[in-house]
Amino acid sequence: MKNTATPAPEQNTAHDTGTPAPSEKTGDAAPGIRGVRAVRARGGLSVRFDVRAFTVVVLLLVAALGASVVLIGTGDFPIPAADVLKTLFGDGDPGQEFIVNDLRLPRVLVGLLVGASLGLGGALFQSISRNPLGSPDVLGLGQGSTAGALIMIVLFSGSADQVALGALVGGLVTGLAIYLLAWRRGVHGYRLVLVGIGVSAIVTAVNGYLLTKADIVDAARAIVWMTGSLNGRDWEQVWPLLVLCAVLVPLVLANARGLRMMEMGDDVSNALGVRVERTRLLLMLAAVLLTAGATAAAGPVGFVALTAPQLARRLTRSPGPNLVPSMCMGATLLIVADWTSQRAFGADQLPVGVLTGVLGGVYLLWLLVTERKAGRI
Amino acid sequence: MSTSGPDMNNQRSTVNRLSADDVTLGYDQRVIAEKLSVEIPDNSFTVIVGPNACGKSTLLRALSRMLKPTRGRVLLDGQVIQSMPAKKVARTLGLLPQSSIAPDGITVGDLVGRGRYPHQGLLRQWSAEDERVVQESMASTGVAELADRYVDELSGGQRQRVWIAMALAQQTPLLLLDEPTTYLDIQHQIDVLDLCAQLHEEQGRTLVAVLHDLNHAARYATHLIALRGGEVIAEGAPNDIVTAELVEQVFGLRCQVIDDPETGTPLVVPAARRARRATVAAAAAGGA
Repeated sequence: MKNTATPAPEQNTAHDTGTPAPSEKTGDAAPGIRGVRAVRARGGLSVRFDVRAFTVVVLLLVAALGASVVLIGTGDFPIPAADVLKTLFGDGDPGQEFIVNDLRLPRVLVGLLVGASLGLGGALFQSISRNPLGSPDVLGLGQGSTAGALIMIVLFSGSADQVALGALVGGLVTGLAIYLLAWRRGVHGYRLVLVGIGVSAIVTAVNGYLLTKADIVDAARAIVWMTGSLNGRDWEQVWPLLVLCAVLVPLVLANARGLRMMEMGDDVSNALGVRVERTRLLLMLAAVLLTAGATAAAGPVGFVALTAPQLARRLTRSPGPNLVPSMCMGATLLIVADWTSQRAFGADQLPVGVLTGVLGGVYLLWLLVTERKAGRI
Repeated sequence: MSTSGPDMNNQRSTVNRLSADDVTLGYDQRVIAEKLSVEIPDNSFTVIVGPNACGKSTLLRALSRMLKPTRGRVLLDGQVIQSMPAKKVARTLGLLPQSSIAPDGITVGDLVGRGRYPHQGLLRQWSAEDERVVQESMASTGVAELADRYVDELSGGQRQRVWIAMALAQQTPLLLLDEPTTYLDIQHQIDVLDLCAQLHEEQGRTLVAVLHDLNHAARYATHLIALRGGEVIAEGAPNDIVTAELVEQVFGLRCQVIDDPETGTPLVVPAARRARRATVAAAAAGGA
């Protein structure tokens, strides 16, 4: 028994050997990690997943794709869903093909990618700061991107590409500033949130100054950008965002298990063998890039990053960062909000940012009230 | 010092697995301890005691590589602990820190399961072995029937058992505990310490704990390290080292040391400083 951690042998040997069964559930005698299943294969390979979270992800994906099809069919030339699907699979008539594949599909794809990026970025930040308010839009990353974009619009009258680049750089610089200002033997929850709010206030003031300096044409352009909109997005916005997600999402998910441990505090996760500071820096960088990339593509679409992780978490009822559910929730939210903003207000098409802002504001108030009741604020 | 395989095995017979070698410890500019050397005897239940701010928690943090010594080194199995892969250390040495956060809405089973992290990987996320160890850890800490409960709804004593179960699930031969009895009432303090003694005796684990209560330390420790101002004042078996002089030297407290009527271990009875009639004379005589 010396130097081994095994207590008295247990009678339960049901799961002892590497059973060839493709799946086995954690039976009643097994530790009660409620609703968690492990799939095991020969050779020690095992994958675990939470059944409820898995179901939520599938349903959200169905909802996002369903809403996407409806959204593609929506507009001045309505197209029935069946025809949209036919066209998407390369079997539609040429007229519809142009509308679907060249006009509306890229816009929907940008929406899905922006929503997913914001959802994931928000989930990462909220988990790292261990605070539902520690989300990129509260921390001022959106403001930072706005500052970058405004500098391009107002001072250089830049092209759309230059504005997007400005937004990307602005978001990155702000993220870096927050990290450095909040760093003190590691970055911790409340300090991160408070520093972020401070930075956000400063950058907002800068943005206000830039707007007052702008002439009327630039100012109008700036205001449209600042609301966050998917109007007129095409394949040029899709590709960079797709590449960004293709690189960052696997990277983030590979580090997700460490992030789960970090929710128990730095000491516990360190003791468990997580390289806390490195993981945190890497994931924060990924979150900043995702948020800045999404903002560069669609403008600062408010509150998706704040709400998606919280809504996802309430659906999965699972602790942990809920990264994939948040991503799917973000995509669904943005597409549904875009459809609503196009349809719900008659002829006036609202930019999607207006709608997410209103919904997010209501949600934020609700969050503050309930957290306050629970005595956490 | 060479750290090659055979060499290490040779050392193992004479040298203990965990030691601090001439370390200087501190935060930023503030030095807590200088040139401190400590050996943790293998298979001991070592307890570190000392007054507040004597550096006992700091020493424990250094031993568990939470704090990097500014000078000197902490050795685990003959290797400098900072140079070892994080997960490898985590399979050898566990730590129950003072501050830990139970994530919102986490169940006992899930929390204990997280102790398996250093044994897992991207392609080995939840093996049959993981499941067995988690169950055994919960059984040996008496929290098996709480597996489906939420951690936030447990009492302080139960919660501490759950955290210990998580550390056990890590299956480390060495386990470090930073004030495991803080915030618990007396009954649960004894409960937790009994559990530690049981883990030490029945499972052969080496335990290192920081404790506030000198009498608890004297009762449960097989090896005691008394610190003051970042220096080791005495170390050894409690029966050998705990005397009225030592207590006065370390804690600045005048006292009598008598035999614990239950266990025969040293029991520290502080001198009565405020006059309370009949007892004054006896206390003064004993203290002087």
